[in-house]
Amino acid sequence: MSKNYTPPNQSLFGQIFDSILILALVYASLMLPLLMKEDAKAEEPTVAAEVVVNTWESLGQNEVMQAQWVKLGHNPDSAAAIINNRFDYTIDPMMLLITILVVVGYFVVMLKVSDKQYREVIAEKFDN
Amino acid sequence: MATATAANSNRRIAMLKVLNPFHIWALGVGIVLVGEFMGWNFTVGKGGAYASLIACWVIGLLYTCVAMIDSEVTSTVAAAGGQYTQAKHIIGPLMAFNVGLYLVMAYTMLCAADAWVVGYLMQTGAAVMGFADLDTRPFAILTVAFLAWLNYRGVFMTLTINLVITFLAFMALVVLFFAVDPFSQGVVLQHQGLLTDLPYGWIGVIASLQFGMWYYLGIEGTCQAAEEVRSAGRAIPLGTLGGMLTLLVAATITWFVASGLMPWQYLGQAVTPMYDAATLLGSSKLQLMLFVATAFAAIASANGCINDASRAWFSLARDRYIPVFFGAIHPSYRTPYRAIIFLVPIAISFAVTPLLDQVITFSILSGLLGYTFMTFNMLKFRKMWPLGSIHRGYIHPFHPLPAITLLVLCIATYFATFLGYGATLLSIMAFYIMASIWFVLQRYQFVKRADQFTMPWPRPKGY
Repeated sequence: MSKNYTPPNQSLFGQIFDSILILALVYASLMLPLLMKEDAKAEEPTVAAEVVVNTWESLGQNEVMQAQWVKLGHNPDSAAAIINNRFDYTIDPMMLLITILVVVGYFVVMLKVSDKQYREVIAEKFDN
Repeated sequence: MATATAANSNRRIAMLKVLNPFHIWALGVGIVLVGEFMGWNFTVGKGGAYASLIACWVIGLLYTCVAMIDSEVTSTVAAAGGQYTQAKHIIGPLMAFNVGLYLVMAYTMLCAADAWVVGYLMQTGAAVMGFADLDTRPFAILTVAFLAWLNYRGVFMTLTINLVITFLAFMALVVLFFAVDPFSQGVVLQHQGLLTDLPYGWIGVIASLQFGMWYYLGIEGTCQAAEEVRSAGRAIPLGTLGGMLTLLVAATITWFVASGLMPWQYLGQAVTPMYDAATLLGSSKLQLMLFVATAFAAIASANGCINDASRAWFSLARDRYIPVFFGAIHPSYRTPYRAIIFLVPIAISFAVTPLLDQVITFSILSGLLGYTFMTFNMLKFRKMWPLGSIHRGYIHPFHPLPAITLLVLCIATYFATFLGYGATLLSIMAFYIMASIWFVLQRYQFVKRADQFTMPWPRPKGY
């Protein structure tokens, strides 16, 4: 039978430091894409070629759609800004591969480390 | 000292067991219902109206699997922290730490988005009354502060209020449904003229899965109340599965009404689509009703999020995964008051930030990571404690089909997130990886090993 692990007591300063560290990580992870400016580029809808004169027909809107646009307070010009916004779903294979490796690697490593820690927990709980 | 710290006090103060299945329904549906009023419609922008409907049902299947799995595990591991406590007992400390963080981040970010919505609604209402450019921030701050105070004062009142306002918001959707004369096409609803083919093809359908989560995100929060219900084995499955049914109905109603009133391009970018739907009907009474209902839904969601995020934060602290200071229960109100207070400024800081879409993506991805965990968790749970070896409050059918289905749908949703927010996905993964490294190298030394297993179960098979 081995002795149970006794953890050290954490100082108040240590507690405050740990709390701030987690907060800093959250803010950093939210700011990172902005700094990289990649998301802005990825989400930037590709605007169609310049349209000189917008009409409901040129925007591909049938009579029912036109009526609803008008009820919503739009004319062909204001609607064109919305209708011509298109998402770009082009896939970058390298980015996709990196993302797969990161997500799968994260779970694999976590499950392995967790299993090792779990064995310690079970050993203390049931052996001692 | 007027308070007790659960982690280091010999005389633990427990939370009150006062909740029933209706409160569980209110907690789950309350968090999610705002997604039926706004947010779900971004699926339309991603892939068109039919893509949104497919996402609604595919993600509905994902959440049905989540609800089935959660009901079994939570009715067996009845403790605050929900999935976090499950991970602690079934997978191990590092996974538990991550699951706790998923919960805190998913709910805190969702709370921030809800508070932003309340501010936006006030701005919209003020503009209708002739006061343009109202500052949204005071309303967002007041919303979080008031709801935090409510949560601080006690869980029973908090979730009873959620029950009332969530029910009223849901009924507003039902009233709207009947107001559009749903059984007579072409009178009010114009599906024949408004529905189009898939504008982006099937890749748009997959892309729409990301915001499809908005239809149901947070329903799994019901198990955060496991320590505060009178009968976890009865209340959690009833409240969760009842909530899922309610949300499936609400999601279908919202899609049916909105897609029959607005061109998909407009719907796909509208901030308040259900309010816009009422406006199109030309009835000021309906308009007012939807305005109030949207506000109620946002407030109920923020309220439930504060409840759930604080329970998860409290549970992490109680087990020393984060500083034990936060693991205290109020001696009079029996709420995790330090955790509630700590999360207030965080939610507020994100509610007034210009990073709203990333805040929402953080919430969605944290939820998705949690659902991925549930698949491993369920498979291991049945393997380590086969049926009959321990008492289960509820046994979900067709195992392992729900777990496998859930994993496949999670993978599809990761891909959808990659399509829309690839860099954000990586940076959020970087956060969880950094936090995990910190936990292993620095934080785990403060964790009492044997204390991580508190259930009266036999030794797990294989360990």
